[in-house]
Amino acid sequence: MATHERPLSPHLQVYRWQYTMALSILHRITGVTLSVGALLLVYWLSAIAAGAAAYERAAAFFAHPLMRVLLVAFSFCFFYHFANGVRHLVWDLGIGLERRQARLSGRVAISVAVALTIAFWLVVSLRDAS
Amino acid sequence: MSLRSPIGRVLGLGAAHEGVSHWWTQRVSAVALLGLGPWLLISLLVLGAHDYATVVQWAARPWNAVLLVLTVATLFYHSYLGVQVVVEDYVSHKGAKVAALLTLKFLHVVLAAIAIFAVLRVALGAAP
Ligand code: HEM
Repeated sequence: MATHERPLSPHLQVYRWQYTMALSILHRITGVTLSVGALLLVYWLSAIAAGAAAYERAAAFFAHPLMRVLLVAFSFCFFYHFANGVRHLVWDLGIGLERRQARLSGRVAISVAVALTIAFWLVVSLRDAS
Repeated sequence: MSLRSPIGRVLGLGAAHEGVSHWWTQRVSAVALLGLGPWLLISLLVLGAHDYATVVQWAARPWNAVLLVLTVATLFYHSYLGVQVVVEDYVSHKGAKVAALLTLKFLHVVLAAIAIFAVLRVALGAAP
C-alpha cells in the first residue's frame, strides 16, 4: 500500500480546542436544523394552497408561543448559516484563510447572526404592535 | 508533495467516491440561496399583513411564484447535498449509509414536490 509520507489528519487528543472549531461545527448543526425547519416552509405553502380554513389553522400554529420560540431559534440558525456560509464562499475564493483573519471573520459571522436575529424580530414585533 | 495516492489520482475521485461536481453544485446552490433566502424574508416582512387574502394575492403574483418555486427547489437541493455529506461523515456501515441516503433523498424530493405543487396551485388560481 501507499508508503508516502502523509500528514496525520486532525489528531483530536492533541488538538487544542479553539472557538473557530466550534463555529465550524455550528455551521453543520445550523445546516441540519434548517433542513428540518424546511418542513415548516412546506407546511406553510401547502396551507396557503389548501384554502382559508387550513391557512387559519397554520397561522394559529405559527402564532403559538412555543412555536415562536422555535421560530426565533430557526431564524438564528438561518442567519448564522447565512453569514458563515458567506465566510465559506469567500474562503473558497482563497481569501481570508490566515488564522488571524479566520478568527476575525468568525467573530463577525456570529455577531452578524445575532444582530440580524434581533433586528428581524424587532421589526416583526413592531409591525405586530402597530 | 501530492497527498493523493497514484491510483487515487488516476480515478480522480475523492473520499466520497465522486468528483468535484458535488462540491461545486453545493457552492452554486449556496450562492443562489444567498439571494433567494433574503428575498423571501424581506418580502414577507414588507408584506405587512399576513391574512389569507393578502398572502394568496402575494404568492399568486407571477414573479413571486417563480421565485418561490426556485427557492424551494434550490433549498431542497442544497439541503440534500448537505445532509448527504453529514451522513457520509458519520455513518460508516455501508448498508446503513445507503439506506439513510435513499431515505433522505426520497424525503427531499417528495417535500420539494409538495411545496412546488402548492405554489403552482396558488399561482394558477386553483386553490379553493
Ligand atoms: C442562506 C444561504 C445559505 C448559504 C450561503 C449556505 C452555504 C453553505 C455552504 C457554503 C455550505 C458548505 C459548508 C462546508 O463546506 O462545510 C453549506 C452546507 C450545508 N447547508 Fe447551507 N447555506 C445556505 C442555506 C441553507 C439552507 C436553507 C439549508 C437547509 C434547508 C442549508 C443546509 C445545509 C446543510 C445541511 C449543509 C451541510 C453541513 C455540513 O456539511 O457540515 N443551507 N451551506
